[in-house]
Amino acid sequence: MNPNPIERLTNGIIKENPTFVLMLGMCPTLAVTTSASNGAGMGLTTAAVLMFSNMLISLLRNFIPDRVRIPGYIVVIASLVTVVQFVLQAYMPSLNDSLGLYIPLIVVNCIILGRAEAFASKNGPINSFFDGLGMGLGFTIALTILGGFRELIGAGTLFGASVMPEAYEPATIFILAPGAFFVLSCLVAIQNKVKNRKPKDSSAPAPSCDHDCSTCGNGACGGKFFDLTVDDKKDNK
Amino acid sequence: MQDLLLIIIGSALVNNVVLSQFLGLCPFLGVSKKVETAGGMGAAVIFVITIASCVASLIYQFILDPLGLSYLQTIVFILVIAALVQFVEMFLKKSMPALYESLGVYLPLITTNCAVLGVALNNVQYGYNVLQSTINGFGTSFGFTVSIVILAGIRENMEFNDIPESFRGMPIVLVSAGLMAIAFFGFSGVI
Repeated sequence: MNPNPIERLTNGIIKENPTFVLMLGMCPTLAVTTSASNGAGMGLTTAAVLMFSNMLISLLRNFIPDRVRIPGYIVVIASLVTVVQFVLQAYMPSLNDSLGLYIPLIVVNCIILGRAEAFASKNGPINSFFDGLGMGLGFTIALTILGGFRELIGAGTLFGASVMPEAYEPATIFILAPGAFFVLSCLVAIQNKVKNRKPKDSSAPAPSCDHDCSTCGNGACGGKFFDLTVDDKKDNK
Repeated sequence: MQDLLLIIIGSALVNNVVLSQFLGLCPFLGVSKKVETAGGMGAAVIFVITIASCVASLIYQFILDPLGLSYLQTIVFILVIAALVQFVEMFLKKSMPALYESLGVYLPLITTNCAVLGVALNNVQYGYNVLQSTINGFGTSFGFTVSIVILAGIRENMEFNDIPESFRGMPIVLVSAGLMAIAFFGFSGVI
């Protein structure tokens, strides 16, 4: 496989869309998608962190010893998240307020560590940058769709503008917590339906997760830590 | 005393960490296939979050805040949590092998559980002192355990049901979680 920037970009947006296909980063996905603009804001913030963390980790990949790579990645990611948080506080205080706690929590977003481990640690900085951009945009699109649905049904607006007819009674449950689960569930079900109809995709490889978090037991996020400790145990013997 | 009780009830039931704050969804959806494993995960989470929120709060109050370094909290907390999990694992292995056997598999997974970092950051945001932070950590993780065990029970019962094909796997689990979230809304008037 010889990855090029454009192939990386579409791969992240469509083929390995982090939310709908890989099912990574569920916490922010459900928590901040109360409106389309919140979803887009969160997605773009994550995309910014992901691009630069991928690039930096790719540049540093030959300097970080293999055994301490995960703590190393986490420090890089956490520093970037802190920088991004400052930028948001300074220039977009309203977005910062509505995302609140979930901005520092980008640090533990599985997508970022997953891409660092699965892609950036093995590829050059330019490809890694575009991989991060693609994944980030895929995440942004997914969050915006999810937020758009919830905002439309739950409040009758889209990006803050009223689009539903006057007579429409907003179903507030959709912008509350349970609605997040229901909307995501329906979107995944629709995706399953589409996938079942054309089975040619069945061999599509997912490097960091097997499409279904319920069976992979935290494959992409926790699995890496788990691997690390398994290595440790082996070394100790 | 009364405010501590309110913190526990608030964090365990009213603002349930998974169902209303969406923290720790990865293990919630990933390790909830059997009640036993869910219980093991829950126990490990209670253990780690309670200690982590105590330690994080100590560090914040006695090191970061006096030195004016509170903007470093995200980096410091995540490193402390990762180190703490490793340390707890080594300690348990050495001195409590029985407990280690039952929790061992789940401990490393917890580092990426965003609930741990979320609770630590929340404690700072609410301005809790060390005791209140520890109590809040315990309450939160207790709420996590309650909900993951309930979800695992539902999933075990659902195993043999005839579910529409598109909804098999993840979607039906999400629907169950959504219904649980509605049920937990019932607690919102308690405090």
